[in-house]
Amino acid sequence: RAMELPPGHFPAARAAAAAVGYLRYLRGGPGSGLQLRQLRRARRQDIDGVGHKYYLELELEDVLDKDRTVSCTAEVLYHLGSNTSAPDVQLTVQGELRSTEEADKEFYNRIRSLEKEFVAENIPDSHGNVPPELEPIHLLAWAASGYVIWQNSMENTKFHLAQVKHVKQVKRNDEDLQFDFVILLHEMVSQEVLPWEVTLLWHPQRGARVPQSRAAPAGS
Amino acid sequence: DQVLHIVPETIQQVQHLQLLCSTFMLDLWKPLLPEDIRAGEDLHVRVPAPLVQEVKDSLAQHMISYRVLIPDVQKLVDQSMPREKSSHRGVSGGYIYTDYHPMEEIYQWMTQIQKNNSELVTQHILGKTFENRTMYYLQISQPSNKTKKIIWMDCGIHAREWISPAFCQWFVKEILQNYKTDPKISRFLQNLDFYVLPVLNIDGYIYSWEKDRLWRKSRSPYENGTCYGTDLNRNFNSSWGSVGVSFNCSSDIFCGSGPESEPETRAVAQFIKNKKSDILCYLTIHSYGQLILTPYGSTTKPPSNNEELMQVAKEAAAALKGKYGTSYRVGSTALILYSNSGSSRDWAHTIGIPLSYTFELRDTGTHGFVLPADQIQPTCEETM
Repeated sequence: RAMELPPGHFPAARAAAAAVGYLRYLRGGPGSGLQLRQLRRARRQDIDGVGHKYYLELELEDVLDKDRTVSCTAEVLYHLGSNTSAPDVQLTVQGELRSTEEADKEFYNRIRSLEKEFVAENIPDSHGNVPPELEPIHLLAWAASGYVIWQNSMENTKFHLAQVKHVKQVKRNDEDLQFDFVILLHEMVSQEVLPWEVTLLWHPQRGARVPQSRAAPAGS
Repeated sequence: DQVLHIVPETIQQVQHLQLLCSTFMLDLWKPLLPEDIRAGEDLHVRVPAPLVQEVKDSLAQHMISYRVLIPDVQKLVDQSMPREKSSHRGVSGGYIYTDYHPMEEIYQWMTQIQKNNSELVTQHILGKTFENRTMYYLQISQPSNKTKKIIWMDCGIHAREWISPAFCQWFVKEILQNYKTDPKISRFLQNLDFYVLPVLNIDGYIYSWEKDRLWRKSRSPYENGTCYGTDLNRNFNSSWGSVGVSFNCSSDIFCGSGPESEPETRAVAQFIKNKKSDILCYLTIHSYGQLILTPYGSTTKPPSNNEELMQVAKEAAAALKGKYGTSYRVGSTALILYSNSGSSRDWAHTIGIPLSYTFELRDTGTHGFVLPADQIQPTCEETM
């Protein structure tokens, strides 16, 4: 009952972007970032009274270690008639990526030991540059934007992170690191660039969590 | 020029250093501002060559010890430039094709290119933008007694897609540098003329440099100056306003007040209409997505010569992939990307230009519009 879709056509590509967003949120950290290398296969199933479900086979690579790829099967369910609930995404990742334990610990300790709270803006800059010392925070922005992209994806949208406008660390009494981001998301169908405020918590063992996010108010 | 490392020990030393920095207008690398100089903290300062001795004497006089961190700044700068950059001189005296350039520099580049290659290149006025800037195109044409067909290529219809004008400039450089030695290019020029418009949406491009890096549209005002810009690639007279557009000026896909409502659109359309019987191929360069898009965006009904269009595009994508392994998808906009109307590529095809393509260059979303300059070279090389 599931219809085969040409993987090069936009319906499959949009579902893949939502799946990748979710995966970045789940697996993202300062030491690694996953990007889609290829969408190998896509199928769609229209479930009466429920919604549209996409079955995807993705090949992903680590942006810091491009020779290493993993496969991922994903199911993306867009709920019927709903513009307010996020698609359900289930993923299975096959293959192992390089361990980021060392890099994560190093980043964690470095930020914890800063006297003044970490602040940065425009990542990458207008010319596309990301200085090496900002790469970990850039990858955490991918995790944060992955959450927002997943939560806000619909069948007729395709989001990408265009730029990190601003990031500010907020010191906490517990063990988590907290970063408040202002990110710019590019939506392919409307071509709009949408600013979002996202708070990200991260810990080497506990991973990334987004306690709050909202579309930035007009004029910000 | 030298960079000195100093650790001031006393308040007096800090004050003297602050005085030196402001008197000589020295380039402080660390900290950034003289008022942030502190006793016991590292100071790195670049001293221009003619002042080096004087500054060192002054430091010695105040018993401030220093270490030379970088003995020759220029040497370090030269070493850090990739060597290929020097091989692109000659065609236009030192222009760096692996960097993004603001509009002023692109205007100068066009003048230089024509001057240095006047046997092949002529610069022509296409029209004016809304903010009254002149739109120029370059004609690359080998003198001959046979009339030649034309390949038209425009870049920069969308302001934020900086890799696009970078590609047009690269393309021109590549042709001019190699036409005598490369048999393929030489054969092209025997039979075809190239017309290249390096930046179509000049007002928008400048705006993306000065005010908003992610601006897309033109800069014409609507609604009493409360809202700016038309998406020029929704403004052409091809099923204008029917799908994939907005009639609201604040949208990034605002299609304008009518087909060809914008001066930039009219400038291009008029020219192409006049020459259409000689134009073999219309190319318009965008980013991002890694796609070669064929007509149409407004309908999935294929154009009459779809087989030919797809075949040529597939061969192009294969050749592109052969260079660095970059994958491009091929197909109509309506199937691959989204529905849209009023695009320049669709319009060119409907008036009779057989081969009409939109190229969406690197990448697929990792950097998107803000593609690092170090990808200019590989992107352009593979696309050539």
